[in-house]
Amino acid sequence: MNAQSPHQPGAGRLVGRDVPRVEDSALIRGRGRYVDDIAPPGLLHAAFLRSPHAHAAIRGIEAVAARALPGVHAVLTLAELGPHLTDTRLVVALPSPAYRLELHRPVLADAEVTHVGEAVAVVIADTRAIAEDAAALVEVDYDPLPAVADCVAALEPGAPIAHSGAASNLAAELTLEYGAVDAAFATAPHRFAERLSIHRGGSHSIECRGVLARHDPLDDRLTVWSSTQTPHTARRMLCDLLGLPEEGVRVVTPDVGGGFGPKLIFYPEEVVVALAARLLARPVKWIEDRAEHFIATTQERDQLWDVELATDGEGRILAVRGQMIHDHGAYTARGVNVPQGAVSAMPLAYVVPAFRVAMKVAATNKVPVTPVRGAGQPQGVFAMERLLDRAARELNLDRAEIRRRNLVPGDRMPYATPLKTRGGMQVVLDSGDYPRCMAMALEAAGWDAFPERQRAALAQGRHTGIGVANYVEGTGRGPFEHVSVRIEPSGRIVVATGAAAMGQSTHTMLAQLVAEHLGGDMSRVHVIAGDTAAAPMGIGGSNSRQAVLAGSSAHAAALRVKDKVLHVAAGLLEADEGDLEIEGDAVRVKGVPEMKVTLAAIARAVAGAPGFAIPGGRGPGLIAAEEVVIDAMAYANGTAVAEVEVDAETGEARILALTFSHDCGNALHPRIVDGQLMGGIAHGIGNALFEHMRYDEEAQPTSTTLADYLLVTATEMPPVRILHMQSPTPLNPLGIKGVGEAGVIPVPAAIAAAIEDALSPFRAHVTRVPLSPVDIVALIDPAAAA
Amino acid sequence: MSTRRIALTVNGTRHEAEAPVRQHLGDFLRGTLGLTGTHLGCEHGVCGACTVLLDGRAIRACLVLAVQAEDRAVTTVEGLAPSPEALHPLQAAFCANHGLQCGFCTPGMLTTLEEFLRDCPDPTEEEVRVAISGNLCRCTGYDSIVAATMEAARAMREAAA
Repeated sequence: MNAQSPHQPGAGRLVGRDVPRVEDSALIRGRGRYVDDIAPPGLLHAAFLRSPHAHAAIRGIEAVAARALPGVHAVLTLAELGPHLTDTRLVVALPSPAYRLELHRPVLADAEVTHVGEAVAVVIADTRAIAEDAAALVEVDYDPLPAVADCVAALEPGAPIAHSGAASNLAAELTLEYGAVDAAFATAPHRFAERLSIHRGGSHSIECRGVLARHDPLDDRLTVWSSTQTPHTARRMLCDLLGLPEEGVRVVTPDVGGGFGPKLIFYPEEVVVALAARLLARPVKWIEDRAEHFIATTQERDQLWDVELATDGEGRILAVRGQMIHDHGAYTARGVNVPQGAVSAMPLAYVVPAFRVAMKVAATNKVPVTPVRGAGQPQGVFAMERLLDRAARELNLDRAEIRRRNLVPGDRMPYATPLKTRGGMQVVLDSGDYPRCMAMALEAAGWDAFPERQRAALAQGRHTGIGVANYVEGTGRGPFEHVSVRIEPSGRIVVATGAAAMGQSTHTMLAQLVAEHLGGDMSRVHVIAGDTAAAPMGIGGSNSRQAVLAGSSAHAAALRVKDKVLHVAAGLLEADEGDLEIEGDAVRVKGVPEMKVTLAAIARAVAGAPGFAIPGGRGPGLIAAEEVVIDAMAYANGTAVAEVEVDAETGEARILALTFSHDCGNALHPRIVDGQLMGGIAHGIGNALFEHMRYDEEAQPTSTTLADYLLVTATEMPPVRILHMQSPTPLNPLGIKGVGEAGVIPVPAAIAAAIEDALSPFRAHVTRVPLSPVDIVALIDPAAAA
Repeated sequence: MSTRRIALTVNGTRHEAEAPVRQHLGDFLRGTLGLTGTHLGCEHGVCGACTVLLDGRAIRACLVLAVQAEDRAVTTVEGLAPSPEALHPLQAAFCANHGLQCGFCTPGMLTTLEEFLRDCPDPTEEEVRVAISGNLCRCTGYDSIVAATMEAARAMREAAA
């Protein structure tokens, strides 16, 4: 990667700089503490028995032999767990008027299984190996039922019904629309229609999921360690399901080995393990293996888009309309946010006067679909960019030029779109200069000179192509994240937050922001993230939100503590507040370093002594808690340009160069920003060329190992160049926008366009991702090739 | 379940312990010896997270049985640094280049690269990519790992000179 060092005019002593990460010291030595590294005394291990059928009725479960196996402590089904639960289903769906079916997932299936991998029973044993042996001895009497695998077929009359109690497979329907769409189409000089098939796969964090629960009978208190992105949500679910007060459940996220979306969901295994620990009065741990991850962790999957673009004679967009069918899977494990996010992302970068896309969300007998890094946005961007490429080709316009004519211009910022977020708030593009950002990428990629390169390559028999795609991403979804900043009487600074770390440097980010104002020494700052005992409220990790929300709260809380520190110190030092600065562990008079008082001394002074007034007169303690509320999302943007070479014989597509320009406002830590983008770009390459979660016609998964489901490795990564533009958002005090998902969003569209361009001599028309070599060979029209 | 008592050296320390004959080395290192730095990412030999050195050679701890390590020397991530305070040059370079994010693939990357740099002390970037092409990372996009390895190789060559 050749990353330009971003211009960071507002950089502070720590913020905006590439300071060492606080996470690294432990992780690099193998001293991290992931959930599977925790082994309390008396630990038992859980293994889940999962459905081998995509759809079946359960006629009976027989566990006598399993229970008799030495080392087995319990075999639990819903029959055993139900009496201890307030509800046998996980009611987690985000609110929406769109639902047509209620598809709450059961804690364990008891009457019907609706996807391969659905948990039916759990075995608790001395070791995981014994638990798995016993699970194999449980006999479930299944009566197989017709299964529906394909989301398009699912909505056709006579299709098998995914849930036998349901009247149809239409799980939800909603339409995003504004403007006079049909009138615009009726009079438009040009209309371009495409049918696009867009697949995304799973998250495949290298650490699978895991949960460990320990019950303390003395206080009737559960401690649950979970590799979750949303510990406070997990606590609420556990309290609700087990009928416990909030102080009765503590959820802790230890080190998490990657999240990428699916770990934000609350899963059946979390409540089953917690309840098992309570019932057996022993700690219980379940660690998902990769085979389970493929069939039990939520994923994204298929969408079919039938969309149409209307333009004027110059390629200016007049309207967009169409329908999209979305594969929802067997249950509502999150909501309709993936299709909604996909369609919302479609028009966002461009001036689109009228828009209507109707979504049909289809229940299928497959793993539930919930957000994976990008959360639908790569699909919406793919649809828009494919339409623009098609229009450019037919109008004989340069593909960059048609985009230039339609991107939201920089001088119209802030730009109020007619779109609304899922919470009903208007989408206002807050800042940025999209045309300039695209121009940066085009220039760096040598877009204008590419036709010459392409001709030269073709003269040597090499098929090369270039493609461009733009995105605008809603980041920093509100409303808030809790952060408290406290200086202990030892002088140690403790930061506690509802934000949850899963590898994206959350501890470093918060330590940087707080130390910036409280002495500049990050080693004095201790960050507690993802522990419900340390933060009363929290929302957690999703939607590229934590730097924006938790960062803003940390900044505000640190400033309040700083203000109090200086006020109290001024009294203790008999100096003017304006003459004081915090440096390292002390407040000192500027220019007179020997006149100082330590943070510890100040903290002790305001800790209070019985009968004595608190110095400073502003109350006790050096602590501030903030929940800065930011409802509006900060819109980041960027452009990807991919240059590829395609082997027309084998269908191999090699990316020669990938240029990525973006604008996430200020960068708190430029190197971490690059790291987030690079990870996203790699994920995007996977979605374009490699990652395919396959099922057969009976909804049996067929890509169930990492040898079948291909993740990008180091040898597939092309030379990547990242270019930074910085338009600070006015929506938060730091001027930042989220960056955790950005990289993935435009990359599949840019690569697809480049492959189509490379195969233009063969009249190739790319309407799908991922594109395997087999798919690419199929794109070639043999007549054109001749 | 049948078990066997095995003796082996791990990170320079001699251990004797009971191991179920069907247990893989990864579970033995993590569970029996408490060396949780070795991570299990797929348990089918593809992701490379569990890579450790067996008599100096990188192997997947999920594909080797614990009993196969009898009388042999294992090095895990915990054994790479010369002392508890100091870091191996690869570890230092990973930190300096943001070569890790969540840290889960990191131990396997480090052990794989330790062997690689012993065999190939002055590699090209392409050779580094091939060397880690059996190690999956979902966070970094690999470039920072490649950069870190090149930096570590330089540092190790200079230290040896």
